[in-house]
Amino acid sequence: MASTVYQRVASSSASETPGHAHAARSGIWVAIFAITMSFAALTSSLMVRQGSGDWKHIALPAVIYLNTVALLLSSLTLEMGRSRADYGSMSRRRDSLLWLIATLALGMVFVAGQYLVWQRLREQGLYLATTSNSSFFYVFTAVHVLHVLGGITALSVLIAGSASRQRVFRRSRFEATAIYWHFMGALWVYLLIVISVRL
Amino acid sequence: MEEAAVQPTHVHAPPEGFLRKYVFSLDHKVIGKQYYGLALVSVFIGMVLSWLMRFHLVWPEVKVHGLEVLSASGAPGGVITPEYYLSLLTMHGTLMVFFVLTNAPFAGFGNYFLPIQIGAEDMAFPRFNMMSFWTTFVAFVVLVLAFFIPDGPPISGWTAYAPLSAVGKDAGPGLGWGQNLWAISIAIFCIGQLLGSLNFIATTLDLRAKGMTLMRMPICTWAWFITSCIGLLAFAVLLPACLLLLLDRMAGTSFFIPSGLVVSDRLQNHAGGSPLLWQHLFWFFGHPEVYIAILPAVGIVSHVLITSMRKPLLSAKVLIYSMLSIGFLSWMVWGHHMFVSGMNPFSSLLFSFPTLTITIPATIITLIWLGSLYGANIQINSASLFALGFVSMFVSGGVSGFFLAQPSIDIYLHATYFVVGHFHMVMGVAAIFGILSGTYFWFSKMTGRMMNDSLGKLHFWITFVGTYCIFMPFHYLGLVGNVRRYASFVDDFMAPLMPVHKFVTIAAFVTGAAQFLFLYNLIYSRFRGQLASENPWHGTSLEWSIPSPPPWNNFGDKHPVIFHDPYQYGVKGSKGDFVMQDSPEQIVGG
Repeated sequence: MASTVYQRVASSSASETPGHAHAARSGIWVAIFAITMSFAALTSSLMVRQGSGDWKHIALPAVIYLNTVALLLSSLTLEMGRSRADYGSMSRRRDSLLWLIATLALGMVFVAGQYLVWQRLREQGLYLATTSNSSFFYVFTAVHVLHVLGGITALSVLIAGSASRQRVFRRSRFEATAIYWHFMGALWVYLLIVISVRL
Repeated sequence: MEEAAVQPTHVHAPPEGFLRKYVFSLDHKVIGKQYYGLALVSVFIGMVLSWLMRFHLVWPEVKVHGLEVLSASGAPGGVITPEYYLSLLTMHGTLMVFFVLTNAPFAGFGNYFLPIQIGAEDMAFPRFNMMSFWTTFVAFVVLVLAFFIPDGPPISGWTAYAPLSAVGKDAGPGLGWGQNLWAISIAIFCIGQLLGSLNFIATTLDLRAKGMTLMRMPICTWAWFITSCIGLLAFAVLLPACLLLLLDRMAGTSFFIPSGLVVSDRLQNHAGGSPLLWQHLFWFFGHPEVYIAILPAVGIVSHVLITSMRKPLLSAKVLIYSMLSIGFLSWMVWGHHMFVSGMNPFSSLLFSFPTLTITIPATIITLIWLGSLYGANIQINSASLFALGFVSMFVSGGVSGFFLAQPSIDIYLHATYFVVGHFHMVMGVAAIFGILSGTYFWFSKMTGRMMNDSLGKLHFWITFVGTYCIFMPFHYLGLVGNVRRYASFVDDFMAPLMPVHKFVTIAAFVTGAAQFLFLYNLIYSRFRGQLASENPWHGTSLEWSIPSPPPWNNFGDKHPVIFHDPYQYGVKGSKGDFVMQDSPEQIVGG
């Protein structure tokens, strides 16, 4: 195990150390744990609030399913990029970079798509405070989009880092970003189920 | 975890320039001191607020000169209104719980000493660490701003119970922008603490020096690690709760405000919200917060006691497992704060059992301390006195918890001074004794100078006797039915209790004044104190293996290797009755 880590260090940028490479991965898992906890709190709030009886289901706009496809597809493109990343040299870097840019684009499509969903709801007269269902819908989706924007920032940093000064991907950063991005997809699937069933 | 043995090269460059060295520093030690400094400012503000409250309780008609400048409406002519009393109470609780009891023992000392004690050069994510402090600082500024707006600070208490906290200014003074600022501040504070907890966990898991297995970590490192795990979950729940509260207040949603609520003769335009939901979310954070305050103090006090006794604890392992049990159980007990909320009585019973179960690991910890102290030739100094004082407060405050954990008794005592006495002793004063013990102990390492021990002992005795004089009578007041959160008692059935209240108020003034001795000692010793050696207490953990104060990269170019458990005292070592963790020498005796 230790030798693997040494190899990783040798093949990554000079300032990265084995402990820190591991810490990046631990850190992202810890962050995921905290985000999960926040959404668990929001879900239990929804269940408590649903007991009040003023529950009026909302019809979800179809575009929400297209957004889901875009986000899930972006996980696939990210993995394509990861499988082509060579952390030690510039070879195949371009391939990987293109897949990463595709991931970033799909992420942006998702965010823009969610904005469209909010617009469709507004056209139906459903605003944040209109009903308890719409309140939860906007809270769930907006908080998720905020986290996706965090992922988009991380992807942009990764792409910028690779495209400019270092010219190679830093493995720990790439892995941490990938774990986070996949989690965003999984979290959205969970939220979509909650939204479809409960709202 | 073998890979944790590999030491990092420098994680950041040596700091250059005033801003990078002292303001936006990436150095965990500077950030630790910044947290401590913020806690120090907060604790003195909080203490002055408690003085004002105590003064008003016994002399409600007497002017406090100058207070009208701070709040013309809250203290017209210097006389505190009942509403402003509640504002002071809210700000006192919020400052003390969030900005003192969380900041100093966990974020302050933890930031400074956790990386050193595990042999790391810095935290795993120094930039996040810096952001964590400055986020917390912004939260502090936003909260304190509430004093200076016309509306004044909120009156809903540090627990901000809905619907009072959710409906806006109709519900009373301070519930307009004052409450908004409170909720924004706490939400920002949560973000800072989440960043900090993330850093603590990743650093402990991945940056330990070679040979530093988990069980070789000092007890206080364990305490900070467990606390960061608790904090991660607790603040992750409070953050969305604050978001929902803000939406109810500013966007017209109805998460916490029920239908048909009439406040100040006005029907509130909300429907179907659940005030109990806020209580559930808040206490799911709030009870673990008690352990966020107390567990680091448990760790610090154990560390200080062992060094002062010159012998290890009866079982450090059992103490660590007990802290882990407390951390685990802390998630199952939030409902014991809600026995009188109208919650299903069966739920109360369900929350009562784990609450009583927590007393088992807490008792084990206490017995380990007492058993280890038995027959020990303890060195008496300011640090060990405050550590012993902590044990005393922890037991005295903890025992009243047995009563409150039972719904049938809590229903009677819940809204009385008994509860105020209980949580002030076990959470507030005990944790502060832990902070003070840690300060007298580690000051030499943090500044390179010793604190004045005679002044420290005087500070201890006044504080120790004073806090008992303040908070023990609270229990008796509660038992005879003295309700809490009332601004004055002079004209009602509680008037016969006024002599006790006067006694408490005088004790509060004297005890508070003694804290200025500490402040003087802290400032004087920083510049004029006796120079400290590298290891003035003959300690064994890694912080005592480096210069006082440590260089920016802690261990210079050394990469510490750990050979021993953290507390090798009472042995024949080359330097005396101890062997340091990073000393390769064989242990003889012990």
